[in-house]
Amino acid sequence: MIDEPLINVDRLAVRRGGRLVLNGLSFALRPGGFLCVTGPNGAGKTTLLLALMRQVAIAEGRIRLAGRALSDYPQRDLAKLMGYIPQADGRPVSFSVEEFILLGRYPHWRRFSTVTAEDRRALRDAMALTGTEVFARRSVSTLSGGERQKVFIAAALAQESRILLLDEPTAFLDPRQQAEVSGLLRRLNRERGVTVMMVTHDINLGAFCADEILAIRDGASAYSGPASGFYKPDVLEDLYRIPFEVVGEGSGGPLRVFHR
Amino acid sequence: MIVPPEARGRFLAALAILTVAAIAASMFLGLKSLDWAAVCQGTSGGVDAEIFWRVRLPRVCLGFLAGSALAASGMAFQAMFRNPLATPYTLGVSSGASLGAALYVKFGLALGLTGLPWLPLAAFLGAAGSISLVYGLTRASRGFSTATLLLAGVAISFFFTSFIVFIQYIGDLTTSFRVARWLMGGLETVGFGPVLQVLPFAFPGILAVLCLGHELDLLAIGEDIASARGVAVRTIKKIIFFVASLMVGGVVAACGPIGFVGLIVPHVGRLVIGPRHRELAPFTVLAGGAFLVLCDALGRSLIAPMEIPVGIITALLGGPFFLALLLRGRSERENI
Repeated sequence: MIDEPLINVDRLAVRRGGRLVLNGLSFALRPGGFLCVTGPNGAGKTTLLLALMRQVAIAEGRIRLAGRALSDYPQRDLAKLMGYIPQADGRPVSFSVEEFILLGRYPHWRRFSTVTAEDRRALRDAMALTGTEVFARRSVSTLSGGERQKVFIAAALAQESRILLLDEPTAFLDPRQQAEVSGLLRRLNRERGVTVMMVTHDINLGAFCADEILAIRDGASAYSGPASGFYKPDVLEDLYRIPFEVVGEGSGGPLRVFHR
Repeated sequence: MIVPPEARGRFLAALAILTVAAIAASMFLGLKSLDWAAVCQGTSGGVDAEIFWRVRLPRVCLGFLAGSALAASGMAFQAMFRNPLATPYTLGVSSGASLGAALYVKFGLALGLTGLPWLPLAAFLGAAGSISLVYGLTRASRGFSTATLLLAGVAISFFFTSFIVFIQYIGDLTTSFRVARWLMGGLETVGFGPVLQVLPFAFPGILAVLCLGHELDLLAIGEDIASARGVAVRTIKKIIFFVASLMVGGVVAACGPIGFVGLIVPHVGRLVIGPRHRELAPFTVLAGGAFLVLCDALGRSLIAPMEIPVGIITALLGGPFFLALLLRGRSERENI
């Protein structure tokens, strides 16, 4: 069925350290959608990511990916469906950019397989899309924050999964690098049909890229629906409990949100 | 990286040949120069043949096996802990294995257990116990920073070593001396017994690191990335820690805690052939074996007719190496 949601979360509850961090969260993400998950600190955004990646145990509720229970996926099949780009944490990576991106092909490899023409093509495509060819031979650890983020996105693209999960993709980047990364994500979604789920504090980033918003507060959904309905002063004020101003409505361009 | 990616296959082949040559050469180093013609006659060749077949050859085989296993386990630890200073020695895993072996020597022998190689099994249990400890400790404090890791390793080493000292203290003079000598680490052997004893402990681990190159690459980047790329992280981690404990346990039981092989060899490997475990693992296995065999040859010839235990040689080389890495790591980025 073509209209089956790629991600379907139903009344999800997750307990961490004895506390219910997520409690009855439900949402669905359709194929080709761009979902921005946002909300105040400690609302459970990161926990939702961890639950989708099977890094935390689910207390109640269900998660289904492409019509199949999340718990039923072998790890490689899960990787073929869903790629992940962690928050830029400056971790040491001594591989060259090319080697690192090529490792994104892991779910497609067998134990002793060598690099195939298909792998080479995926590598070239991913590097061309992200503009990372220019530093192919450099070590990942020598790159700037923005270059690094593009390399991590390229590696997830080489993986050729249908969904990309991103954790704060533009944190710690300067404005130009932020614009490059967010522009790249938007292009991947609009032109390549990659389904994106992005967790971020930055509601303006969501306004620029996303077509759907999931706002989490106290472990449950505070807003779930099209982006256009989210960027209203009253909705934002209700979520963050401070006054907001929305600029650019009706201009055709992206909205900007300021708190007053 | 000194060797460009295209040439790494050829480089490894050359290294294999070089390793064999180094091993062959080291067999002719020693107190007594051997008559090659007599050696070739096999067991009927008199004293020279006896020395070659019963002393030199088994010793070199044991050295190669121990060196490979120690270097491979060091490389595996560095990937799992994402820290270039993680080795069996620095993490206290060797001490755990030593304590296991010492406990068996003191109390287990009296039980008269037969049928299984109990001494290396006791060392294996000690190694596995200290891996669980150090992994649990560093994980509880979030992340494997050099400081946390080394502190945990030092604490565990001290703890286990004091137990070993206690066992020495309550033992008789002969036992104490034997334990003390064994703790220096050595490759003395007569016949192939010890070689055959280490083999089943070393082989699975060496095979595992040779086969799990991509998994080690991804785990060295991070468990989140490895898992997102499709690595069954828990399973792989269990396998690696299990076979690494086997390797360290088997080698420590036979040769004592020989340090720093697992530090020096993988590190040189990363400089020479790069960080990819598909190439780094074969390098480490080959060069680790050759390195220990050569260190032992050095130990046999430096103050001949006396021998220096190989563990002292590796520690003399490894100590400064370790310090240099530690100091460099503070100024540069830590890289695995």
